[in-house]
Amino acid sequence: MRATRRLLARLVNFATGRTQEARLREEIEEHIALQTAENVRTGLSPIEARRQAMLKFGGMEAIRQDYRAERGLPLIEDLLQDLRYAFRVLRKSPGFTAVAVATLALGIGANSVVFGVLNALILRPLNVPQAQSLYAIERGTDNAVNHSYPDYRDLRERNRSFEDLAAYNVTSVGLDTGHNPSASWILEVTGNYFDALGVHPYLGRFFHAADEHGPNSAPYIVLTHAFWHSHFQDDRGVVGRVVQLNKHPFTILGVAPPEFRGTLAFLFPDFWVPLVNQEEVEGENVLDARGNRGLLMVMGHLKAGVTPAQAVADLNSVGSYLEKTYPKDDGNMTFTLARPGLAGDWLGRPLRAFLTGLMLLSGLILLATCANLGSLFAARAADRSREVAMRLALGSSPMRILRQLFTEALVISLIGGAVGLWGSILLLGQLSVWEPLPTAPLRIAVNPDANVYAVALLLSFVSAFLCGAVPVRQVLRTDPYKVIKSGSTGAVGRRMTVRDLLLVVQIAICAVLVTSSLVAVRGLARSLHSNFGFDPQNAMLVETALNMAGYSGDGVPAMQKRMIDALETIPGVKSVGVVDRLPLYYGANGTNVYTDKTTDLRPVNAAAEAMVYNISPEYFDAAGTSLLAGRTLSWHDDKNAPRVAVVNREFASKIFGSATKAIGNYYKAHDGLRIQVVGIVEDGKYGSLAEDPQAAMFLPVLQSPSSQVCLVVRATGDNPQLGAAIKDTVQGLDAGLPFTVRTWRQELESALFPSRMATLSLGVLGAMGAVLSITGIFGMAAYSVSKRLKELGIRMALGAQRKEVLQAALGRALKLLAFGSTAGLLLGILASRVLSAIVYQATPRDPLVLGGVVLAMALLGLLATWIPAQRALSIDPMKLLREE
Amino acid sequence: MKQKTDVLQGTLALMVLKTLDVLGSLHGYGIARRIEQISGDVLAVNQGTLYPVLLKLEQEGAVASEWGASENNRRARFYRLTREGRKQLQVETQDWEQTAAIIGRFFEVKAEDLS
Repeated sequence: MRATRRLLARLVNFATGRTQEARLREEIEEHIALQTAENVRTGLSPIEARRQAMLKFGGMEAIRQDYRAERGLPLIEDLLQDLRYAFRVLRKSPGFTAVAVATLALGIGANSVVFGVLNALILRPLNVPQAQSLYAIERGTDNAVNHSYPDYRDLRERNRSFEDLAAYNVTSVGLDTGHNPSASWILEVTGNYFDALGVHPYLGRFFHAADEHGPNSAPYIVLTHAFWHSHFQDDRGVVGRVVQLNKHPFTILGVAPPEFRGTLAFLFPDFWVPLVNQEEVEGENVLDARGNRGLLMVMGHLKAGVTPAQAVADLNSVGSYLEKTYPKDDGNMTFTLARPGLAGDWLGRPLRAFLTGLMLLSGLILLATCANLGSLFAARAADRSREVAMRLALGSSPMRILRQLFTEALVISLIGGAVGLWGSILLLGQLSVWEPLPTAPLRIAVNPDANVYAVALLLSFVSAFLCGAVPVRQVLRTDPYKVIKSGSTGAVGRRMTVRDLLLVVQIAICAVLVTSSLVAVRGLARSLHSNFGFDPQNAMLVETALNMAGYSGDGVPAMQKRMIDALETIPGVKSVGVVDRLPLYYGANGTNVYTDKTTDLRPVNAAAEAMVYNISPEYFDAAGTSLLAGRTLSWHDDKNAPRVAVVNREFASKIFGSATKAIGNYYKAHDGLRIQVVGIVEDGKYGSLAEDPQAAMFLPVLQSPSSQVCLVVRATGDNPQLGAAIKDTVQGLDAGLPFTVRTWRQELESALFPSRMATLSLGVLGAMGAVLSITGIFGMAAYSVSKRLKELGIRMALGAQRKEVLQAALGRALKLLAFGSTAGLLLGILASRVLSAIVYQATPRDPLVLGGVVLAMALLGLLATWIPAQRALSIDPMKLLREE
Repeated sequence: MKQKTDVLQGTLALMVLKTLDVLGSLHGYGIARRIEQISGDVLAVNQGTLYPVLLKLEQEGAVASEWGASENNRRARFYRLTREGRKQLQVETQDWEQTAAIIGRFFEVKAEDLS
């Protein structure tokens, strides 16, 4: 009761801000006056009487503090007081505050961006119920996620560990809702897909396993919420509507809930279609082909109580049954489990490695930031040593002073963290709506969630603690008597301190980043001008899939010929060629080839894996690929003619030993078909810009037709209306054909995407590293100059030259800079080997790169030491000595 | 060190309550004088510690205070016991006597009494 009443009174006092200072002061005054009067009565002189009264009363300040503590809520009041004081101190040195807040904002921001991506792509599971027990099945030692449909069915029927297994595939399809036919990216899924995942419809119904009755038996569509919103304007009447997919009628069954966007974290499909209708959707079906591993992924929820290890053992026993039963098609049937969201280990592993590396790097950067700020704080604490000593002498406890310093650090960290978080939210938001590739619905859905905010807050506190901890020892060792007497806390140490070491590490990290970003930039620049094996200049691309408009069989090549002929009549067009899939288009198509003598066509006996391109005769002309020997293909190389191919130089030397031996000779395709080589073309880039030379073969479209069509239109470059003319022409041929027109340069963006991303992230990190090094060196140099002002002044008074003064003031900082830069440069050269996997011809043995790094680091040093140097040079010995 | 002041504070509060109970309304200096007269050196130094204790008692509702005129005709804060304070004093006096009695018996005990 009494305690509550007391607490209530305290709360009221705290809330109303009633200090009662005046009352206490008055009471004390009266008390002293009465005591003094009493003392005078006992015969003391008035002055002595008052002195005795004061002595008897005791420590005024301590009593005031006790009184204050009793009146309100001391902890909070102290905190508020510290905060007010911190704000006042920080406002008084806006330069320091701005630098500290900016560097911390960068450090914390970088960390929350990287963590945001890591969180969204790796930590956050797919948005399905019980995502923790959802696994994708990987096959073989190389962790392939793709499987064949018959294998999938056997796995589904014979395993005893999964509740159910669903499979899906990614493809594109032509959608016609009555007007404006367009291409859509979709997931082809098994009938049990939604049931196996445990997802429920937002509208209408889903299809089920019971809807499947053999090929093309389930012409149904389930829309994603986003596509329903954008293409059907949230019309609840779409359920039951019939639309055309590749000219086949499909019924819209329902709409998926908004939070379920398919089973790949980064792919945003438009709708789902049953896999049994593959023939209508893709033009052919591989539902019975056990050797065709065309399913992207097989996945399912583990039964309750089944561990992943048990499931793997179970799957492996099914695998060995499959190996025994189908020796021709199934080999290497061992299985592992992986998370489905990133296509298992295929994308998951490199992405995890990359993001973990990035997280580590940004963590290091934050650590370096804190070390920097810590030394700045220490420098400030040293500058304020008089103030600290005075407060200690007046009876303030060291804890209180430390708390004050920590409060300052906390204020800076929280502001920096808030700014950094704000920036990272903006950046992550941008990243989330960004579609990196023009041709596929890829998104990096990384909208920040509570985890990201929590991490940013946590990092702010950690940074505050780290920054604030640096000057602790300094404060605790302060001896007020000495400081007030001599005016300084002693000399700067000469030995290498931990702080120096941190600075060297930091400079080295910065140099590594600068080196690797320069290497990446150079590689990127070079790859833009390298030999692709085709000429993207002055070339337009028309991409379409003829099956989307209902073409099949002989209709496909006939339409291709019609398109070529029509486009060639456009003024300014030199030649037009057809290819089924462009080189450097993601997802290169490789197949095993064998020498003519090989009879046992098992994968291990393959002579090479070659990229396959099905082309029309004019393709090489249109693409600008030069023929080295023999002839190109012709329209006479049709179904009735002998099978022929044009191969690249790498193919010729791998299979036949040399180009001359290849012409006129035969090799075998994976199905045993003998193919004669009639011509040889130059090597090019097929899978990625950074790849080693790859074997490639070009087959005539008439002998291996494909409804995937990319028309390469080679132009003279003087028709600005070319794009529009091409559009009109294609539309004139078939208004129901969805297609896109782009320049080849635009198309290359997707091939350059990885190296661009690598360059960008390295560039950003490099810039941050540079900023950090600058603040680090600046802090160190400024500190040493301010500590040695007196010494420098005396030296100048004794006749030291500017050069000597500078050397004394900045020598140490510059030595550390040189040391760190050299170490960083060497490390950067080593690190570039890793880079060469992503960036074309990334080599650090490039005078421009080496020169650039040295120049950058020198500039950095100059920038960082400029102000301290100015301060050292402007010392006026007379003034300095007079001040003492 | 800290413990000692805690004990002092506790007893000080009780002394304040008793003083006010006996003498009625008093200002801070008056209370300090009485306590000094009776207790000797408990408040010989650090008389000021009285004021936080007074504030605590006031916030607990055991005493009330108001401005009045002191002997030399200046403004002084006068404290008086409330009804609540009187009750508190009773309870604490009992507690104290009980404790003192127990402690006293402990001091009287000799080794042979316990065997």
